[in-house]
Amino acid sequence: MEIRWHGRGGQGAKTAAQLLAEAAMESGDYIQAFPEYGPERAGAPIKSFTRISKNPINIHCGVTNPDIVVVIDPTLLESVDVTKGLTNEGLLLINIAKPAAEIKKVLNFDKGKVATVDATSIALDTLKLPMPNLPMLGALLKLNPIVTLEALESKIKKKFLEKIGEEKTNANLEGVKRAYEEVNVSE
Amino acid sequence: MANRIALTGDQTAAYAMKQIEPDVVAAYPITPQTEIVMSFSQYVADGEVKTEMIPVESEHSAMSACVGSAAAGARTMTATSANGLALMWEIVYIASSTRLPIVMPVVNRALSAPINIHCDHSDTMGTRDSGWIQFYCENAQEVYENLIIAPRIAEHPDILLPVMVCQDGFITSHAVEALEPFDDKDVKEFIGEYKPEQTLLDINKPLTYGPLDLQDYYFEHKRQQSEAMLNAKNKIPEVFDEFEKKFGKKFDFVERYKLDDADIAVVVLSSTAGNVKVVIDQLRDKGIKAGLLKPKIFRPFPDDEIIEALSGLKAVAVMDRSESFSNQGGPLFNEIRSAFYESDKKIPIVNYIFGLGGRDIDLEMIESVYNDLMKIVEAGKINKKVNYLGVR
Repeated sequence: MEIRWHGRGGQGAKTAAQLLAEAAMESGDYIQAFPEYGPERAGAPIKSFTRISKNPINIHCGVTNPDIVVVIDPTLLESVDVTKGLTNEGLLLINIAKPAAEIKKVLNFDKGKVATVDATSIALDTLKLPMPNLPMLGALLKLNPIVTLEALESKIKKKFLEKIGEEKTNANLEGVKRAYEEVNVSE
Repeated sequence: MANRIALTGDQTAAYAMKQIEPDVVAAYPITPQTEIVMSFSQYVADGEVKTEMIPVESEHSAMSACVGSAAAGARTMTATSANGLALMWEIVYIASSTRLPIVMPVVNRALSAPINIHCDHSDTMGTRDSGWIQFYCENAQEVYENLIIAPRIAEHPDILLPVMVCQDGFITSHAVEALEPFDDKDVKEFIGEYKPEQTLLDINKPLTYGPLDLQDYYFEHKRQQSEAMLNAKNKIPEVFDEFEKKFGKKFDFVERYKLDDADIAVVVLSSTAGNVKVVIDQLRDKGIKAGLLKPKIFRPFPDDEIIEALSGLKAVAVMDRSESFSNQGGPLFNEIRSAFYESDKKIPIVNYIFGLGGRDIDLEMIESVYNDLMKIVEAGKINKKVNYLGVR
């Protein structure tokens, strides 16, 4: 399985790609997670990638035909071709406060499934910070149980508890759970 | 399931260095090697290793400090990339000529100009004549295993040469993968204590390192250096055997992938070999007998192993991630073609220069190379000796 993440520098697209990979590894899968490095700086469009497989992963080139695309910043829809290479059964998950069916029409994306979740508002509510990356992971797992929600939560705890403390870690976990529940899917 | 940890290629190199726990590390950070120095410095700061860390002000100083440290009898490591390797150039030669067993992870990156931070092999291929042993790694696991075996090879009393362990900048250095590490205890046992036969600081056996050496002895010393590289070719398999005994993993100069019954094959170093394996699996599904030969060690050059592996083939493409501006193709191509000159078997061998400055090498490009090889087999001749893959 190949996932492409679109975000802006500083929004945690790299971290999200890596967290999902690590949770999958701890669930027994082989993994790869890597960002696309360019002249990146805060606010610039960036891409990152996750590969997950039951078998060892030999491939080391960029992901061109992802199964899933996650757009962490809605303003990228105007400047980046986010559906590029997305496979026919693909899933496009976007952080935006609009119904999925409406976005599907706007993007003229009739091949696969579109899902939306207002992850920025969720992050502002729970974490008091505009960091939508972890809620996006929660939404993704609702649509495709790549790992269990519990596996992701345990990974987040392991990664963040010592670094940012219990209060903020719990706020992050709350954001993940809310996005998991609130994600909206087009059919 | 084996114990797995998620690390980038750079973090993997630092993790191997932690287990090796050299006496001295002198290094200067440079993209994309930075995370090696960063992570290893963290291990030092956290007291996880007793290594003396020397944060020098340049790569020239880094290798100079390593030369002093290794001459004094300390197990010594550094790490670099691209322009950093270029800046330490003078001392890179001094390290090997003084026969100092320094181990250096190198994260391959294009040399300037134009300035570029991404992967190609122009940096380490430039040092192919510097007398260092060179490993090239496909993924983080190989970075790890090659680094664990490197000190044993470097410090072998019949070899005593420095070793570079090269991995592809960003492609593996910044990709998180699942590493299956060995136990600290097993690594320590395998590497053992470093007891050099002679050191600069042994006052009972006073020695001079690096004195003036003119017409009278310089040539003999260079001849001895050649002999050391020949010894490396002969003695490295002994270290491979010991590695296999300790860790249960077979090691070789080259890796063959579906080569035994192959008609056509690609030869390539480092991470691109993984992409080639994926293409081979696809071609095999279509009934095309494609294979791969991946040299894991480029110095000493595994000529016998390469000739033996490729002799049964109908056509071979050698892919070079560096340009030598010789108008004769890249370094890997030239050495393989040269090795075949005395072979009875004359195989059509073509060269592809690819991926300079980090240009992505995708599966379609590799498939096009196999398509070209099939045409060569059909026509019975080569159309173009040196080709450029994926350039506009």
